[in-house]
Amino acid sequence: MLNIKCQFCGSRNESEFRYGGPVKPKRPDPTQVTDEEWVKYLTCGPNPLGLVQERWWHARGCGSWVTIWRDTRTHEIVEVQNDAT
Amino acid sequence: MQHYSILSLLKNSLSHHQNWGRSWRAPEMKQDYDVVVIGAGGHGLATAYHLAKDYGQKNIAVLERGWLGGGNLARNTVTIRSNYMRDESIPFYVKSVEMFEGLTKDLNFNMMHSKRTMIDVLQTYSMMRDRRRRQLIMDIYGSTYNQISVDEIQRRIPMLTGGGPNTRLPILGGMVHTDAAVNRHDAVGWGYARAIDAMGVDIHQQTSVESLVRGIDGRITGVETNRGLVRAKKVIVAASGHTTTLTETAGLTLPLRTINLTAFVSEPIKPVLDVIVNCPDSNFYLSQSDKGELVIGGPPDLGQSFRRDIKQNVFEDTVSSMLSLFPAFKKLKLMRQWGGHLDIAYDASPIMSKTDVEGLFVTAGWWGGYKAIPAGGLTMAHLVATGTPHPLMSAFTMDRFRNLDFVMETGTTTAR
Repeated sequence: MLNIKCQFCGSRNESEFRYGGPVKPKRPDPTQVTDEEWVKYLTCGPNPLGLVQERWWHARGCGSWVTIWRDTRTHEIVEVQNDAT
Repeated sequence: MQHYSILSLLKNSLSHHQNWGRSWRAPEMKQDYDVVVIGAGGHGLATAYHLAKDYGQKNIAVLERGWLGGGNLARNTVTIRSNYMRDESIPFYVKSVEMFEGLTKDLNFNMMHSKRTMIDVLQTYSMMRDRRRRQLIMDIYGSTYNQISVDEIQRRIPMLTGGGPNTRLPILGGMVHTDAAVNRHDAVGWGYARAIDAMGVDIHQQTSVESLVRGIDGRITGVETNRGLVRAKKVIVAASGHTTTLTETAGLTLPLRTINLTAFVSEPIKPVLDVIVNCPDSNFYLSQSDKGELVIGGPPDLGQSFRRDIKQNVFEDTVSSMLSLFPAFKKLKLMRQWGGHLDIAYDASPIMSKTDVEGLFVTAGWWGGYKAIPAGGLTMAHLVATGTPHPLMSAFTMDRFRNLDFVMETGTTTAR
């Protein structure tokens, strides 16, 4: 089980959070990219064996969004930074 | 190949079972293969089997990082069923269930196949509507799915004493899928391995693939392993959760993410449950194995994971959901728990496809891929040998992403 640090509530249990998915690259302008690049943006998210940056929503807490770096091999949270910063 | 029968059993009993032949060799690694299959799991072995048997290709190596059948083939919950939702999926899984039923005979290996029906216990009206919809689609494709009453559920599953009218999620109704079965996962791995070994296919265990190797023209030329370079004309990635890890070494991104799915078993008890019980609203399913252990599966962990273990909160949630419906299991000791990492595609349907790298094939996105092993092998071998998709899986190629023509599947597992 993860302990995720929320900037308002401190270190909280994973069960208070909803998972928001990995952080995707910046959304390209669909009129400026090829179809292939656009489909790749839509369907291919990062799937690293190692550190992944992801968002969690403190839904059963204060309601803020938290962005963390987590190791997919160990669940270790390496760095915690809030979305707003 | 040594034929297994009552006669071979009698003959070997005379010598106190000391002289059984080896089921497969530990061959020398060759420099060159026509086809290299990465992963000696269900799909890798079945693909090699059909390539050798149906297309006469014998110069094949199956590379396995750990030991044979020690990956997700050892980590699933052996549920074989075809109650899917999409027009593209159902015929494929109907074929697979049918092939599983004949697998004992085909491979001359006892699969301990037990066709024992799956009962879905439904506790919300939205799920009732969803399952009714699936029933109507499945009717078209010859899979079996029928509604049953709450009384009939209780008659068929006497241990299901929870979920009464005053509970938070009262049982509203159920569905019966009579095609569903369980069998023995080891036998599937060992049976296929023994059959392909007899046809001359090399299985190399303890051989991990570190990267895919491409030639100057971009074509795949082989794989780099911990035992050196192995050249191959075609490479099939059947590595489950590590698919993207491998394909990224060839510069190929795939619409897959790796997640962890957990299961656990109780201590063995007397027979109490002769069907597979699936409770989609409570996020768990269970069946009783031949040894008497209850095999229980839960929902996937949140977030991507390669850890292959069980998260305490997922474990607790699954156990408490199960006890709300099966309060009699409260005193059961839980013996083992484990996780398996598997990859799921953007639209939750499998990917069996050529890739942008010439000569590189992937069979991936198998969330609940155990039931698909025979048909997956059959159709993948067709694709690799002929270069054109088998009619049963033509909807599952990478083209569907290119054309934004997804096969959004909700029948994949319990917890979607």
